[in-house]
Amino acid sequence: MNPALRARNHPGYWAFLVHRASGILLALYLPAHFWVLGLALHNAARLDAFLRWTDQPLVRFGEWGLVLLLAAHFSGGLRLLALEFLPWREWHKSLAAVAAGVSLALALAFALAL
Amino acid sequence: MSMLQLRVWRGGPRGGEFQSFEVPRQASQSVLDVVTYIQRSLDPTLAYRFACRVGMCGSCAMTVNGVARWTCRTHVDQVCADGRLELKPLANLPVIRDLVADMREFFDKWARARGRFAGRRTRHDDFERVAPESEARRQVDAAIECIGCAVCYSSCDVVAWNPDYLGPAALNRAWTLLRDVRDDAQTERLRAVAGDAGCHACHTHLSCSERCPKHISPTAGIAGLKRAAAAAALWGEL
Amino acid sequence: MSARREVLLWSAQRASAALLALCVTVHLATMIYAAHSGLSAAQILERTRGNLAWLGFYSVFLLAVVVHVPIGLRAVLAEWLGWRGASRDWLLAAFAAVLAWLGARAILGVFL
Repeated sequence: MNPALRARNHPGYWAFLVHRASGILLALYLPAHFWVLGLALHNAARLDAFLRWTDQPLVRFGEWGLVLLLAAHFSGGLRLLALEFLPWREWHKSLAAVAAGVSLALALAFALAL
Repeated sequence: MSMLQLRVWRGGPRGGEFQSFEVPRQASQSVLDVVTYIQRSLDPTLAYRFACRVGMCGSCAMTVNGVARWTCRTHVDQVCADGRLELKPLANLPVIRDLVADMREFFDKWARARGRFAGRRTRHDDFERVAPESEARRQVDAAIECIGCAVCYSSCDVVAWNPDYLGPAALNRAWTLLRDVRDDAQTERLRAVAGDAGCHACHTHLSCSERCPKHISPTAGIAGLKRAAAAAALWGEL
Repeated sequence: MSARREVLLWSAQRASAALLALCVTVHLATMIYAAHSGLSAAQILERTRGNLAWLGFYSVFLLAVVVHVPIGLRAVLAEWLGWRGASRDWLLAAFAAVLAWLGARAILGVFL
């Protein structure tokens, strides 16, 4: 394994990377999300056309990806709140796995609901 | 007899490169044994640190196959299944020569974090009573065994990304003093650790806790510092 | 003073995170419900337009987002782009303003 990776290959570090990456991607997505919804204000026709575009399979997959990002950032964030506000206990080390499980479950729920 | 293939970093503050060595592999061999063999039998100019050789002083810490470790407590079998070893000085610190890192900045940050005891009693007062089973003392005891080896500092990416970051060891020491009922400098200490480069820069990577050879969790102490700083700010004490 | 400012930002980040935990739970649940029910956009808008309760909820949601996102990006800009100091904070304030404005337009468009 690449020496740079070897020192970082542990749950806490992966949890951090997922949390930061999902946060950055969500931060980039949000302005677009708000702008599209804002089309409902003045440009109903444009919104309709856009929403028809979102029916395509690739876009549906993208939506699922966004739900996954949100779920990952959310459960990772709950883990951080636990780590920072609860006095340290040994089971805190398992929280990364718990957060991963919860976010996958949420994303699965969304996928199955479709 | 099988041989270990070594790549050892040689150089100084202005740069360097890896030098290759072949070292006989023994049945029971620590990485410190390997480094010692190189210096005694192959290249006497190799610079490296050690002292106790038995996992008490932390002097022998260096980067072994990308991971910060104590070489005296690292069995060769633990780290190289394929017979290859790469040795570098501790990361995140300037290099003096070869495998020897300059520890001054590490200890400077310790001081900047107010990592020294400031008692309020004199020899004329009675002893302070510290209940060993109290929550505060148990928190101190969990973190007090730090010997300042810099393995955690060397493993922390925030130290690499933020040159002013005080680092896990300094903050851990500050935490043990914060929870010490005898200490009298809590407000100054919280001010010292809550700045731009203090406890709030920690992103709970947990690399420090993962790598600490004394099994201390600086992350836990840093979380405690965050809470204490918030409480102090709330009460207008910061 | 640097310590007080850092504590304030950290506290705001954690407080908005706790609030967002609630808001995101509701938001995800409604998205899953909407997907499960096969609601079209027109049908969703029928339910949301004129609904002041949802308008209130999403306004709180937006406020939490506008606090949380820029503070989160602040650390990323400092650590991965080496960008520290006043100019970075001004950019983030501007980004927050843009988010707030676009978000308000979205809320008005969907709920009013």
